[in-house]
Amino acid sequence: MIGDGSIDRLRREGRIVIVGASLAGLRAAETLREKGFTGSLTVIGDEPHPPYDRPPLSKQVLLGKAAPEHTTLPRRLDVDAHWRLGHAATGLDMAARRVRLADGDEVEYDRLLIATGVRARPWPVEAEAGLDGVFVLRTRDDATRLHRRLTEETRRVLVIGAGFTGSEIASACRERDLPVTVAERGSSPLVGALGGVIGEVARQMHLDAGVDLRCGVMVTALEGDTAGRVRSAVLSDGGTIDTDVVVVSLGATRNTEWLAGSGLGAGPRGIACDAGCRAFDVRGIVTDDVFVAGDVARAPHPLFGYQFLSLEHWGNAVAQAEIAAHNMISHATDRIPHLWVPAFWSSQFGVNIKSVGVPALGEEILVTQGSLADRRFTAVYGHQGRVIGAVTFDHGRWLPFYQELIERTAPFPPPFPTLDRRADGRGPVPAEFPDPSVPTHGPTVTVSGYSPADRRITFTPGRA
Amino acid sequence: MRLVVDLNRCQGYAQCAFLAPDVFTMHGDEALLYDPHAEPAQREHVARAAAACPVQAILVDDLDGAPGPAEEAPGDR
Repeated sequence: MIGDGSIDRLRREGRIVIVGASLAGLRAAETLREKGFTGSLTVIGDEPHPPYDRPPLSKQVLLGKAAPEHTTLPRRLDVDAHWRLGHAATGLDMAARRVRLADGDEVEYDRLLIATGVRARPWPVEAEAGLDGVFVLRTRDDATRLHRRLTEETRRVLVIGAGFTGSEIASACRERDLPVTVAERGSSPLVGALGGVIGEVARQMHLDAGVDLRCGVMVTALEGDTAGRVRSAVLSDGGTIDTDVVVVSLGATRNTEWLAGSGLGAGPRGIACDAGCRAFDVRGIVTDDVFVAGDVARAPHPLFGYQFLSLEHWGNAVAQAEIAAHNMISHATDRIPHLWVPAFWSSQFGVNIKSVGVPALGEEILVTQGSLADRRFTAVYGHQGRVIGAVTFDHGRWLPFYQELIERTAPFPPPFPTLDRRADGRGPVPAEFPDPSVPTHGPTVTVSGYSPADRRITFTPGRA
Repeated sequence: MRLVVDLNRCQGYAQCAFLAPDVFTMHGDEALLYDPHAEPAQREHVARAAAACPVQAILVDDLDGAPGPAEEAPGDR
């Protein structure tokens, strides 16, 4: 058994297995080699493709500006790994340190990194989800199928869900001059991630681009013809949409089912880990040989009260994978914490949207630069008197400044004047996030688990 | 030649769109679109764009360090 006392041997001849061959898995493999790991490295992935990049799938690829099969990620170096692509992991034996594969094979490890990510949440009614013309967009194969269908004759596309991916798909369709209806359960697009004030700006962007936007409605049924091809959708307000392409864009589900019964602290919200990416077992005890990174991980973050954050962000996958890789081959005293500040981008309707921090935690919002009407602005989110997040529309160059405010826990509203502050920015207003009990398209940051502020146990000294 | 742009870092300086316009284009005022699989003929342009990026957000792989056959899906290149 290789413990901390024989880290040098682990680095030299240990066996490391990475489950998940996407962005986080690849960056971890590269980092292990960069940091001098010379043992055996196995990367297991359920898709047959080498690691590829997902953000272009809902942008360049749907616009026809890049081929789906051309999204393979560049390599920083040759990682000299044994790639088991097209082989899903189906089980984990933590005591024997083995990963079980779908084909019955087993792979032994000294250190394991789990980076299995998330998958698209399918349309919940199986028979309707199986209709020809009903798509999700998460994988390269999804993008290939959807892109092919959009280039054929399409009468109308229905996008269900106006989160970031749904909005990007609607935007790409309009740019291709395809008629699009978007159905969103919330009051406006992006409302779950950015709140109603910014959601209103997003709503106008959809309308100006000619999207038939329906908010506050649910799709209750998809109907097909006798050939099994989707023909229409029924809405909760009694309306119907004639459509031949439906893109279900209802967020993602974490790929943790394969860990059921393993004893690892894995569930529908992801795999809990400490700040050093070490996974917790079901007893809440940190493991020393199982690490997690990317969309499937949820980790405590000091900037957000040590609450557990799950981040479906590209940059998080990169940063967390690098830290997990470093820590898994380092002595306890050389480990480093994952303190990445959440950040993401989207581009839709020709507007560059970027965000840092966790806007969804904000109660109030202040437009500090530019104006909402121009769709060029920076807005800051406040939470309990401090800056907790910021979003920019075509104002991305200012974002590092606001990131620093978040890192410094600067007061909200910020006391200083800013350049280009206009009528929108006179004072904070409620950010208008939906009541969490009302289902909408979810945010991209999920806050889960207990914070140390939630003291559940109180020590009461006995009377003398 | 494969490439990826870290769009968290990207601040829309558009140097890349100026130096390798067949690979990088601006979409609207600030958003960047790029072809993640540039033709070999673009190699020098892409290298110049990556070097000129003020925030060093462009990662291009090293064609010499070609990955082994096991990780390449058919028709991937």
